Amino acid sequence: MSYCSSLHASLFPDKQLHVLQDEDTEENGDTFDMQITVSDPEKVGDGMNAYMAYKVTTKTSLNLFSRNEFSVKRRFSDFLGLHSKLASKYMHIGYIVPPAPEKSIVGMTKVKVGKEDLSSAEFVEKRRSALQRYLTRTVTHPALLKDPDVIQFLENTELPRAVSTQALSGAGILRMVNKAAEAVNKMTIKMNESDAWFEEKQQQFENLDIQLRKLHASVESLVCHRKELSVNTASFAKSAAMLGNSEDHTALSRALSQLAEVEEKIDQLHQEQAYADFYLFSELLGDYVRLIAAVKGVFDQRMKTWSKWQDAQLLLQRKREAETKLQYANKPDKLQQAKDEIKEWETKVQQGERDFEQISKNIRQEVGRFEKQRVKDFKVVIIKYLESLVHTQQQLIKYWEAFLPEAKAIA
Amino acid sequence: MDASNKESALNVNASSIKISDVSQDGDMLTFAITSQNLSGSGGVCVFRTYEDFIWLQQSLFSQEDVPELQGVIFPPLPDKPLPSHSHTQAKVLKQLGFLSLGDKWQIYCKALELYLQQVAAHTLLSKNKELYNFLSSSESPGKQRSKKGIFNRLSQVMEEMRKEGHKDVDEFFQSERDKTTNLSVLFKVATEKFLEVVLTKQKLALACGHFSTSLHLCVNQENADAVAFSKICLKLSDIIETMKRNFEKVSDNDMSTLGLGLELESRYQEAKREMLFRRTCRLVELDNANKNVDRAKPNKKAHMEEVQKATQKEFNLISSVAKQEIVHYHRTRVQVLRDFLIDWCEKQLSTAQESSTLFSQYLEACKGLAV
Repeated sequence: MSYCSSLHASLFPDKQLHVLQDEDTEENGDTFDMQITVSDPEKVGDGMNAYMAYKVTTKTSLNLFSRNEFSVKRRFSDFLGLHSKLASKYMHIGYIVPPAPEKSIVGMTKVKVGKEDLSSAEFVEKRRSALQRYLTRTVTHPALLKDPDVIQFLENTELPRAVSTQALSGAGILRMVNKAAEAVNKMTIKMNESDAWFEEKQQQFENLDIQLRKLHASVESLVCHRKELSVNTASFAKSAAMLGNSEDHTALSRALSQLAEVEEKIDQLHQEQAYADFYLFSELLGDYVRLIAAVKGVFDQRMKTWSKWQDAQLLLQRKREAETKLQYANKPDKLQQAKDEIKEWETKVQQGERDFEQISKNIRQEVGRFEKQRVKDFKVVIIKYLESLVHTQQQLIKYWEAFLPEAKAIA
Repeated sequence: MDASNKESALNVNASSIKISDVSQDGDMLTFAITSQNLSGSGGVCVFRTYEDFIWLQQSLFSQEDVPELQGVIFPPLPDKPLPSHSHTQAKVLKQLGFLSLGDKWQIYCKALELYLQQVAAHTLLSKNKELYNFLSSSESPGKQRSKKGIFNRLSQVMEEMRKEGHKDVDEFFQSERDKTTNLSVLFKVATEKFLEVVLTKQKLALACGHFSTSLHLCVNQENADAVAFSKICLKLSDIIETMKRNFEKVSDNDMSTLGLGLELESRYQEAKREMLFRRTCRLVELDNANKNVDRAKPNKKAHMEEVQKATQKEFNLISSVAKQEIVHYHRTRVQVLRDFLIDWCEKQLSTAQESSTLFSQYLEACKGLAV
């Protein structure tokens, strides 16, 4: 196992993001427990056709699944394919579909080309972690959990190869959102927001987006400096070791060598802490920035739905006017046709209204769920982070307590 | 230290010398120096600027009639304290290293204080009556002299780098020269690297500050869930703020103990190297004098022999002083480094214990947070 993933395992032993029962009323009030792990990245094939296969393990007591514990092998495009299907099924009715992890041409090329260095190991680890979080978020959604594509993804040994997975990576979602926004802007009629809740919420999400991006930038800076500290500490440790070797006075020489060892150990701590900074906060914030894009996406879908409804109403109006005109002309065929069209469009208008009401209802529910989940996610991360902080300080205490007698022994 | 009837013996208790205060007026720093005399009966306080210190250092160097001074390892005077403005910060850091850090010149004052204590405790240097004036006279000491004495001879001679490699007649000194050349570089490098570490910790403290402030701004009271999220953000903000303070404390500990210790040791190694070089230069002179005797025409021979004898005598004197100085230095430096290392370790241990307690408290509080 690579350095990164063994470090990851030691930081997060078996405490994956658990799916807990929601406190408030859920459609089925059963208690459910589910744990998804993505692990054991394995390179399959050679050259530019090579890919990484990940093991996806599900442990669950839910009767949705035929077994309590099972594993399958999946590649990155499979995950994108799953997301693509879910987005096309559910976004237009207002469900916030968790975005899939970002594609990375640079990262994958390194892996394909066979670079066995630290940066490609880190890339694979980062991706593995992101895929795990993605699946966990997806199954946390009560509707998505029951989706046959999801169940098939988790259970089936073989999966048809996903094609055209370009559309709906995180960047793809953003593109879709932007297109929808453009469409909205092109609307000649501005949406009459009868419900202030939606206007307020949209504004809140705008603000949240800005705040999260700022926080993300802060954390990236923190991670960067922490890594710098590790490098500088290692460099100092080396120079202290050289001092220890050259120093004549025996006890002082020993103390300086011990100093070098302590600093090396502290460097380790810095690296672990940088790891925690990144995998806990940086990735969490990054995930939420992408989630907000998905949230904005459903709001825009609602506008599209409203627009469709309005268009149908407009068209119905025109059909009615046309029918009225035809009543005074002497074209019984055309009149009948007009009456049929009116019926058709009346249905469409009713459907449009129902769709709009449904999506509005769904979004309210989804936003509520999102806000609760957000609190849980952050709380879990903060607790893990605090545990890493406490661990670091306790290790430091051990190191200093061990060094003190060495320093005092210098006569 | 003998402080009885010797005419120019210093009546001051070296370890009582303290720099009790520093005030800044524009770019000029004034140091308040307090000291007590040996009997403990009286204390005195004087005010000195850095220029006054330079005058003192030059006075110590320039006693022409005391040849054994060339064998002395002169306690190193810290470089000029330049207040740092944004455009001079890098330069000041390069020149002063750790001495430029910390609140209100604390570390610099400590270095200056140690300098005075070392001078006052030195058997030869403490006899210089200018030192007494410096420590007790309410008047400012004299203006800077023109560069005279071995201080000047030193800079002339420093240009002749080839003398550095001149083989020694004494195994003890050859070994000391080789060791010092090696060790002084290593100490300098270690000090620079440690400075980098400390500066990075300060950057981390700043980054934590920014993160903490950004979190503080994430407050939204719209509904129950938003309120819960705001609470979490504020909690995290407090945690990151604690992290910031931890970094600040850790780097303060670093600066004021190990950082200062390494900085001083670097400079002292340099001072030792300078002394050994002075002696080497005299050795070169002696070797030349010997050659001159051999080569001298009969009418000049007697004169050359006189020169040779005088040079030899002075060289022996310097060597014997130098040997004592080196022995004394080896003993003291180990003590000094020991004290700094112990102080550093104890401070960092205490800080780690405090932080561990604080983070544990936060952890308990967060676990209990109703969500």
